[in-house]
Amino acid sequence: MNKLWLIIKREYLVRVRKKSFLIVTILAPLAFATITFGMGFLSTYLVRNSTKKILVKDESGIFKRYHKQNSGYVYTFTDGELENLKQEYSVQGYDMLAHIPVYNDNSGDLKVKYYSPKKPGLTILGKIESDIGRAFKEYKIKKSNIDRKILDMLSVKVSLENAEAIDNAGDKTGKISLIISTALAFVMGFLLYMVIFIFGTQVMRSVMEEKINRIVEIIISSVKPFQLMLGKVIGVGAVGLTQLFIWIIFIPVILFLASVFFGHVPQNEGMLGMQSQVNPEDLKQFPINMIIHEFFSLNWSLILPAFILFFLGGYFMYSSLFAAVGTAIGDDQGESQSLIWPITVPVVFAMIIMFNSIENPDSQLAVFGSIFPLFSPIVMPARLPFDPPVWQLVLSLVLLIMTCILFIWISAKIYRSGILMYGKKLTMKDMIKMTFGKN
Amino acid sequence: MEILKIDKVVKRFHKKTAVNGISFEIKKGSIFGLLGPNGAGKTTLIRIITSILNADDGAIYFNGEKLNEFHPGKIGYMPEERGLYKKMKVGEQLLYLTQLKGLSHNEAKSSIVAWMKKFEMKDWWNKKIEELSKGMQQKVQFICTVAHNPKLIILDEPFTGLDPVNTELIRNEILQLRKDGATIIFSTHRMEQVEEICEDIVLINEGKVILEGNVEKIKDDFKESKYHIEFYNQVDETELEGLEIVSFDGRDLVFKTIKESSSNDILKFFIDKNINIKSFAEVLPSLNDIFIKLVTK
Repeated sequence: MNKLWLIIKREYLVRVRKKSFLIVTILAPLAFATITFGMGFLSTYLVRNSTKKILVKDESGIFKRYHKQNSGYVYTFTDGELENLKQEYSVQGYDMLAHIPVYNDNSGDLKVKYYSPKKPGLTILGKIESDIGRAFKEYKIKKSNIDRKILDMLSVKVSLENAEAIDNAGDKTGKISLIISTALAFVMGFLLYMVIFIFGTQVMRSVMEEKINRIVEIIISSVKPFQLMLGKVIGVGAVGLTQLFIWIIFIPVILFLASVFFGHVPQNEGMLGMQSQVNPEDLKQFPINMIIHEFFSLNWSLILPAFILFFLGGYFMYSSLFAAVGTAIGDDQGESQSLIWPITVPVVFAMIIMFNSIENPDSQLAVFGSIFPLFSPIVMPARLPFDPPVWQLVLSLVLLIMTCILFIWISAKIYRSGILMYGKKLTMKDMIKMTFGKN
Repeated sequence: MEILKIDKVVKRFHKKTAVNGISFEIKKGSIFGLLGPNGAGKTTLIRIITSILNADDGAIYFNGEKLNEFHPGKIGYMPEERGLYKKMKVGEQLLYLTQLKGLSHNEAKSSIVAWMKKFEMKDWWNKKIEELSKGMQQKVQFICTVAHNPKLIILDEPFTGLDPVNTELIRNEILQLRKDGATIIFSTHRMEQVEEICEDIVLINEGKVILEGNVEKIKDDFKESKYHIEFYNQVDETELEGLEIVSFDGRDLVFKTIKESSSNDILKFFIDKNINIKSFAEVLPSLNDIFIKLVTK
């Protein structure tokens, strides 16, 4: 036990004392803030301001009469010969030439032909389609003599609100609670994904380092290989937890400071808009104090301990596999690639399921993903803010712990044999032999 | 009394048998040579002694007790493939490795400081290993092997990569450690080093013991009645009739006697012929010769 403690202490201190640890720990939340600000900025200003100049030959005359010049796309109309225009439009500085054919009321669907030197993006095409469509709709409304007021009356804006939340805390909070849960689900799922990869590879590299510089033989003449592996995994995991706690303290501070400076929470704009399909416009309606209130009224007494348990389970399960892979390579670090993929594939799968389950926290896929032990450390935390049934939580944890123990056992076997094999890259077959063969 | 007893130890890897029923004993306080060509099974045997590997069969006794979890702390092992954490500081590294052997922080520290003083490296405590020269790293490696005052020290090819100054330094330390009561196992394929400092040896090949015993005695057993004589003047080959000449260039002669004869008989042979002798010596086989002879047999 004393020796295990020595190993944990060394692995921990060596990492925490590094300058890079300090830099990453401080810079990561800043980078996080910068990226979210940046994405918000990009999506708000840059994309909106990228104007396209489009030359239109409108033989119907309808678009020319009814279009509104406000979409950021500049439409210039021309009566020139199509053949000539095709030659000249790009020389004249237009991004695209659109040809609207003659249209009469019996024509049905409208097929507009476009010419463009480069492939235009789908958004651009969609935008132009809707601009033309709106002009034609306007034309038809006029033509059919429909009263605008009646038309406006026909459309009813529907929004779903959580009845309990409304009863408890007044209006609008149901929706904001959902938005916050979604954001939190995303952050927790993504955090675990990062933890598994970043700290898993750290364990692997540390094992490789000891093997490559041969010190491992000296160490395992003093301690058991299993102690060394376990000490390493725990030590690196403790570094991860330290970083996590610093961030848990840091990120709210940054959010708070940002809210003081900017009056609302611009961070969430980019993040939510980009990654979790929540309309950032929705969030702007809510004052900051309501968001903070909702944030703290989540079921933290369940979320936090469960999150830490999944963090530990996922970390131990995957990092022990990474440790085994670390022993399997020879002296060339590049060789690890082909052995890493069996670990990478489930993690990436879990990530995909996690995204899916944020949109749909009670779907069969989400339930499966949050119980199947290879995926659960990433998927279940993303379901936590949506109050998953307790039996699922318990089943998931039990399976995770069992798998975790199994994987540590397998990894220890591979580790013990692999660590002393120099100058030879192990294959999958060798590793299976090590697992099931005798030492 | 023997400090280590190896009893019919067997170790197999998949289909290859690396150690095939090896037995021998090592006397307390001796310097013992574990010899064999590359791939003979030396390193595997050492790994079994240091508890890195488990034997498939047979047993090892340390001080009369069957090898158990407390024994690794009494053994110091310097592997052939040297290794230290490159980015770690000398002092921290030695402290860590010595504490892993079971010493408390203070015990470890005072022992390390004493050794560093001895090797004139007091100022290196805060230097990183990667900042040191090869020779300096070797000294750190040696301290890491002996700082926990092991009763048994196993050195696998200890002089590889050492310059003559450090070789001499480590050699003297090995002799001093023995004087202080430690037993040293010296694993190598470099015979000339063994002849100089080992008293007893065991020679293994293909996982089996092919020769063991006292170095002097082994040499005596393998001697071939071979002599080396230098003359003051040119000697005619016709005068050497009756000798089996190995090499001769007029003044320098190596030969074997055909019949059993003493040194005095041989000297008399030359004196009777009035040949002036400058030097005379019996040629004993080097361990290297014996080694090659046995291994290639």
